[in-house]
Formats: sequence, C-alpha cells, structure tokens
Amino acid sequence: MTLTLNDYLLVSGLLFATGFSGVILRRNIIIIFMSLELMLNAANLSLVAFSRFNLTADGLPNYNAQVLVFFIITVAAAEVAVGLAIIVALYRARQTVHVEDINSLKF
Amino acid sequence: MSPLLFYLFAALTLVFGVAVVVNRNPVASALSLVVSFLGLAALFVGLDAYFIAVIQVLVYAGAVMVLFLFIIMLLNIQAEARRKLNVIACVGGGMLTIAFAAQLWLVLQQFDAGKSAFRPLVLPEGQKSLDDVRAVGTTLFSTHNLPFQVVGVLILVATIGVIVLSKRELK
Repeated sequence: MTLTLNDYLLVSGLLFATGFSGVILRRNIIIIFMSLELMLNAANLSLVAFSRFNLTADGLPNYNAQVLVFFIITVAAAEVAVGLAIIVALYRARQTVHVEDINSLKF
Repeated sequence: MSPLLFYLFAALTLVFGVAVVVNRNPVASALSLVVSFLGLAALFVGLDAYFIAVIQVLVYAGAVMVLFLFIIMLLNIQAEARRKLNVIACVGGGMLTIAFAAQLWLVLQQFDAGKSAFRPLVLPEGQKSLDDVRAVGTTLFSTHNLPFQVVGVLILVATIGVIVLSKRELK
C-alpha cells in the first residue's frame, strides 16, 4: 500500500470543504476568518503535493509550486493583519462580531 | 512518508479542522487551528518540502495564531450564547459541503494520473539529503524576482493600512 497523489488531493479537498462549511455555517466573524485560513492552507497542501509529484527532469521537486506556496503564505499573513484590524474597527463601531447584527446594507 | 504517518497527520489536520468550525468558544477554535496547522506542516515534511513546513509553523502556528488570540482577548469575546440556529442556513450549508465533497470524490475517481505512486527523489551527486532551502531560494530570487519584490511592497501597504485602521479616529 503506497500513497498516491489522490490521497493528498482528497485530504486537501476535505480540508477545503471544512473551511467552506465554516464560512457558511458560522456567524462569528472571527471564526469565519479562521475558516478562510483553513481554505488557503488546503490550497497550499495540494500545491505542495503537485510539486512533489511532478518531479523535474533531474529528479527534484518542482520548486515553482513551492515558491507559489511561499507567496500564498506571505499574502495570507498580510491579509490576516488587515482583516483583524478591520474586525477591531468594526467592533469599535458596532460592539458586535456577529454577522447577523451587521445589516445596515441589507435591503 | 509511511502511509501510517500520513493517515495519522491527515486525520489530525481534518479532525482539528472540523473542531475549528464546531467549537462555540473562539479561543478553543483558535487553538484547534494551531493543531490543524501543525498536522499540515507534518504532511509538508512528508512531501519533502522542509522549508515550507518550517515557515508554515513559524508564520501560521506562530505569528498568525498569536494575532488571532490577541484579537479575541482584546475584544473580550465570550463563548457564544446558544442562539437560535438558523435551520435553513445550517441545512443549506451542510448540503453544499457534502455536495462539494461528493463531487471531489467523483472527480478524483476519474483522475487516473493521480493514482500512481510518488516517484523517489534523485539526489544530486555527493548530496546526502535534499538541499531544499537553497533550491527554493534560487527559484525565488531568479525566476520569481519581480513577484517577490511586489510582495514586499504588499506587506508595506498592509503595515500602513493596519496602522491607519487601528487609529482611534479616522480623519
């Protein structure tokens, strides 16, 4: 029994589905943000799996994919910083983190 | 990576990923997220991506999670009171997720290229282990030099944005 690429892709997809369900089901904006991070990490896992699977001609992993993962992690870190600052600003203005209570734009 | 270790860490990642979603206490969710990220880092090690695994632990399990916990502490968020669940949203969201997972399963069943095992790495002459950091660094600074600098500007913009957003009064 050896591991195949599909095993990793399945784990990655299930992790993405978990984050997706978190974004839809939860009402706490901080948990929604954490679920977004889960989805980003699921994408990272599939990229690293592809990098290891598609060996280059000299038998090394394809490092372009790992550089892309590096960029995703960097951008995600910046996104977390800005997003949490927005959540703090929102909390100051509204004293709530529940998306149901933030309905000024609702028709 | 031995299949046993793969299943162990994959289960760890997924179980604590689910725990992030189902926990009512935000602090418990954040700590579950740390464990989930550590399991993911272990999977990266199994895929011979040592550098990515290390920055996963440093950036996500370290910096990002500290930021999350700080904000939870700063906003003084208690465990959610049992609100009335929105049944339509729960059923709809659950069905969407199950539909997504089923679709993924079907697609992977038909993806024959992914059913072959990982080929072993061929190390260059005279190397005992994979020179991972050097290879990522070389690719990063040669092939992807411009995106790297753009990301640097992005981080500067994010820093300034966070400072502006955190000011007491926006002018």
